[in-house]
Formats: sequence, C-alpha cells, structure tokens
Amino acid sequence: MLLISNGRVLDPASGTDAPLDILLDGDRIAAFAPHGQLAARARGSEVFDAKNLIVAPGFIDLHCHLREPGSESSETIETGTRAAARGGFTAVCPMPNTRPVNDNASVTRSILERAAEIASVRVWPIGAASIGSKGEALAEIAAMKQAGIVAVSDDGRPIATAKLLRQVMEYCRALDLPVIDHCEDSSLFAGAVMREGKQSVRLGLRGMPAATESLAVARDVQVGELTSCRLHIAHLSARSSLELVRAAKANGLRVTCEVTPHHFTLIDEDVQYDTRYKMNPPLASREDRDALIAGLADGTVDAIATDHAPHEAALKDVEFDRAPFGVTGFETAIGLGLELVHAGKLSLMRLVELFTSGPARVLGMQRRIAENEPGDLTIFSTEHKWTFRAEESASKSRNSPFDGREFRGAPMATIVAGRIAYRR
Amino acid sequence: MPFRFGHMLGIEPLSAEEILFLLDQSKPFQEIQHHPLKKLATLRGKTVALAFFEPSTRTRISFATAAARLGADQMNLQAESSSLKKGESLLDTVRTLDAMKPDCIVMRHSSSGAPDFVARNLPLPVINAGDGTHEHPTQALLDALTIRDRRGTLHGLNVTILGDILHSRVARSNIHLLSKFGCRITLCGPAMWLPRELECLVPAGTAIRRVTRIDEALEDADVVLTLRVQQERLHEPALAIDEYILQFQLTPARLRRAKPDALVLHPGPMIRGLEIDPVVADGPQSCVLEQVTNGLAVRMALLFLMIGADSSSERDSSHAAD
Repeated sequence: MLLISNGRVLDPASGTDAPLDILLDGDRIAAFAPHGQLAARARGSEVFDAKNLIVAPGFIDLHCHLREPGSESSETIETGTRAAARGGFTAVCPMPNTRPVNDNASVTRSILERAAEIASVRVWPIGAASIGSKGEALAEIAAMKQAGIVAVSDDGRPIATAKLLRQVMEYCRALDLPVIDHCEDSSLFAGAVMREGKQSVRLGLRGMPAATESLAVARDVQVGELTSCRLHIAHLSARSSLELVRAAKANGLRVTCEVTPHHFTLIDEDVQYDTRYKMNPPLASREDRDALIAGLADGTVDAIATDHAPHEAALKDVEFDRAPFGVTGFETAIGLGLELVHAGKLSLMRLVELFTSGPARVLGMQRRIAENEPGDLTIFSTEHKWTFRAEESASKSRNSPFDGREFRGAPMATIVAGRIAYRR
Repeated sequence: MPFRFGHMLGIEPLSAEEILFLLDQSKPFQEIQHHPLKKLATLRGKTVALAFFEPSTRTRISFATAAARLGADQMNLQAESSSLKKGESLLDTVRTLDAMKPDCIVMRHSSSGAPDFVARNLPLPVINAGDGTHEHPTQALLDALTIRDRRGTLHGLNVTILGDILHSRVARSNIHLLSKFGCRITLCGPAMWLPRELECLVPAGTAIRRVTRIDEALEDADVVLTLRVQQERLHEPALAIDEYILQFQLTPARLRRAKPDALVLHPGPMIRGLEIDPVVADGPQSCVLEQVTNGLAVRMALLFLMIGADSSSERDSSHAAD
C-alpha cells in the first residue's frame, strides 16, 4: 500500500480541489479522504509526503514517438517511457510510424509485450489507418483493436484522400475508435521546412502557409460529419484550424483537438537555422500562438500532447533543409504548461484537465480520482525551480529547443498502477 | 576602425559604417587589378578553403583569383567530386577540410543557413559565397562598390530590383545593404515572387515597395538591378518564359523611364533576350563587367581583413562577440 499524504488534490473530472490523502492498494486507488483520516487504514503502508505539492490523476500523452521498433538509435520503449515518467506522464500513446509501421496486430502485440517487460509507464499504441500508412488500403484495424490500440492515425502524414478518410471513419465508427489526423494539404506543403511568413522570407527557407493545415482540417470536419465518427485533430497549430474546430463543436460534431507545448510557447520568429526548432507542423505566427492559448483556456482545445519526436544527433546535426521534423517533449511539458498558469493565462485546474480528463475523453475513457480507479497519479510542484538540460534527459535524443530553459514547477513523482515509477 | 566580425555570413547584421569600411578597404585592391603585376604576398603561407557544394563558376573563380593574387594557397572542394555524393554529412566534410588546417572557409551551399551552421560548428572563419535563397553578401558588396564609384554615394538612391525577388539571395543581400543607406527600394516582378513579407526584411521606416508594372517600377530610378531568371524556378509556379519577357524584360524603351544616367547592374550569369535586352546589356549604362572586376577587389579586401596578419590576433575575442 502507498499513502499519498498531505497534498492538494486536483481532480478536474469531479471539480475537486482539496487537501486530501489518497491510499493506493495494489494497482488501484483504495480510498481518499481529508488529510489524516486514512491513518488507521494506511497503517504499515509506504507514505509519500506530498506537502506543498499538487496531486492529480495520472497524466496522459496522446501523441508521441517511441521509435521502437526500427529506430532504436533515436529512442526505445525503455528510454522513451523513462523520459515520460520523468515528465509526469503515466500513459503515453505512441504513433504507428515505426519501422515496420504498426499497421497489424503482430506489431501492436510486440510493442505491448516489450512495454510490459520494460516500460516505466503505460503504453497505449495508436494503430495505422492504412497499410504502411501509405494511404491506399485499410490497415488491420479490428485486429489491432483486439490487440490493444486506442486510436488510429497515419501520423507523420495526413490520411491521404477524402475517400480513404471516409472509409477509415466509417470503419472506425463501427469499432468505436477515434481517428486522429495529421492535417496537412500536401500540395501546399511541398518542400516547406517552416511556417511561411516574414521569418521564412528573411531566412530564405521555404515556408508553408497556415492554410496547409486548416484546409485539411476543413476536409476532415466535413468527412467527420458525413460519417459521425469521432475525429481528433493532432498537433493543431493555426488559428484558422482552431476556428474550424470551434465551429464544429458548436454544431455538435464529434471533433476534438490537441496542442503541443512547443506550439503554445514558441513562434516562427524563434527559428534561426537551429534544427531543434524544426518540427511539423512548424512553429506558427505570434497571432496563432496567442489564439492557441485562448483555445486552451476556453475549452476549444481538449488536450495538451507533446508530439515527443526524438531524433539522434547525426540526423539533426545537418543543414536546416535536410533535418527531419520533430522535437522531444516529455520532460518539459508540465514546466511549459505551468508557464501559462504563472502568467495568468490558464487556471491550474484547466491545465490539469488538459493532461488528464481531456485526453481521456478523446480516447473514450475516464480519468479521475475515485475508489477502484487505476492507481495512476501525477504529483507535481508549481514552484520548484529547475533548469532543463537536454544532455541529462532520460530520452536517447537531445533535440529539444528548451535545452537550458529555467522552469518554475516540475513533476515530483509519477505513480503508475500503484507504484512509484519516477521520483524527483 | 577594426574589422570585428569573425565570419561573413550575411549583410543583415552589418552596420552602414562597417560596410563603408569594407568598401574603403577594397579601393587599393581595385587599383591592383590594373597593374601589370597583380600578385601580392600579403597572405603568403595562408590557406583559403573553397568549399562549393553547389555548382558555381564566376563566384568560385573570383574567390580563387582573389586568394591567388594575395599569395594564399587554396584547397578546392567542388560538389561534383565531394564526398557528399557518397553520403557523408556536411559537418563531417567540413571537419575534414578543417583538419587540413586552412585559415578560412569560403562556402557556397544550396541550403539557406548552411554557412551559419558550419560557423557554429567549426573554429574557423566562414565566408558565405551564397546560401540557398538567403544571402550572397560579397555580391551585394561588389554591387555597392560599383554604385558608389559611379554615383559617388550610396545614400538616398532610388533602386529598382527586377525579377524573382522571393528566391534571390542577391536581392536579399542588396535589400539589406541599400536599406542601411536610406535608399528607396522598388521590387518588381511577377506577383507570386513578390510576397508582402519582403517589406519586413528591412527596418521599419525604410522606403520599400512592391510593384508589378515595370514602367511604374523604373520611374526615376538611379540604379536598376536585374536578377537572373532562374529557369528552374519558372516551373514553380509554372510561368511561361514569354510571359516573363513580355512583362518584365529590361528593354531600352523601358529603361528610358529611369533617370538618363541610371546604372544597370546584373549579378550574372546573364541570359540575353530573357531578363535583359542585349542592347541594354551592352549599353553605356551597363556596369556588368565592372561588377566582375570589383568582385575581385571586394573579395581580396575581405580575405585580407579576415585572415591577414594583424586580423588573426583579434579573432578570438571577436568570435565571442559575434
């Protein structure tokens, strides 16, 4: 048994914000009660003193890349989930763009078997929508669902055509799986390496306009309406996309979206030929960034997802044009989210919601503190001062634009299935 | 005034004073080009690495000649023979060059920012000889030297730049340079090559405008800078060559809109009959060959300032400040 004592419990699902103790027994939450009241029942249990700390339901990351199988020199399930635990995440959803692509049940099972052996946190794989994510024929989605996928996506690229998207959505609606799309109009995207704007013109780097994303969001929303399937927009970056999601929600459509910490923190003007600032979708304009923050606060955005995308140094230490897209994100996510809280742009409860019940709802799950719920908790400080050093990261890769950034607030312990997976 | 830059990556970070200093330093090297014996011993014992990762004829020959006339030895790397073709990374290639101990590296690369990347990773002065669609600083300096020689000043001129501005590193470097001297800059070309963001390249308050009608763009110009039309760009987006010629070719009739003594510059290679009428190219207002000679002078001055005897002692401190 493990007693989390003396913390301030925040549970967005119930609106709880109170000084409570939580008793974990086995892999479940056994009880919670005002501070001190569980003393008799918790006799003999290990005690974690959460004084001055926030205790929240376990954080979920809807979007990451663990690179295993196939690119283990950049990340593995072992190193990636260790970094996730250090970042306060209790469950992560790896995208299927591994080698081979997770487009059939045997790959899904091999990922889950490896995770059961070695992972620090829960691994909830996302399966490919099409075979090889090539946009031609449907992947073995039903078999993957039986094996354990929680959603489908061809992430890294959009689901190729409206016709295929419609088929995937019809099929996934029947299976009750959400379809996650990386929204991008390929013809506008061609060859671009950053957002089009004055910075791309200044640097002479090929840019893509915001419409590259929002055109695809418009397509997806309409196909979603046609099929009544749950649609989730990955790593939304543009104000124009956000407005489409806002309108779709107002019309009662089953559309959700996520925003990454780098998109709500950085802008295109931060790009200076440093490949650690190269990701897809690219950093957007200041106006887009401000609109994303407003969307996080007002509920248009459902989840913060890291899009943790590790790349080994040899791949990133090249010309900007040639570098792969992607930045690491697990260990800096809470710190960056708390920057919004400290700046008064987001309430602490809302931030926790974006990491817990928000992403859970996208997956058709619940995330709350209640008896017999899974014993997953994220314990963090809103005040602890620290500096992120990429070279000290648990990830195998170092490609973070936040190397050297000073943070106020940090994950202090990550509890997965009743056990301490990480303790600062 | 000491030359305080460890690298020459672009015109954008330079001040007007630094540019004028460079132009003044080019003066004696201009004179040398007319001596019967042109070779100096100033850089004897020094080595200049020429790393051209993109095909180039005139810029490479100009830098090579500049180095030779200063008495420096050269190391030559060309795209055709480079190990990049064999899959070696840029970083490994330039580290190999560095291990042969040159005193500076002059590089041309098709990726914008590649010289910046090399400068961050090597303990060696880097001269940008053109990177992607970003900057071509020595071209802008030789253009400025040519304009100043003919006009006596760079200040307050009306300069019209014609062509594919969006994809031109020559245009960017010239826009940065001329804006530091209060020039009024007119950009003219097909609309998709003239994005609004070009106006944001320069400090607020600079007189810069985008014009799609050539007659209007040339009105009252002191200097007309014609860019090469990169034929590979015509496909993207598709634009027929005849359309370009019809609307934007610099012809004698159109040039009459400019001031009678307006200068015509072209960075080369020039395609007669496409962006420029042969009569204009060979006319009295054309500075094309002067530009080439001035290119030698500017590049000699730059090499002298960056790796000449008394500059090396300052370099360590200037690196830190850069």
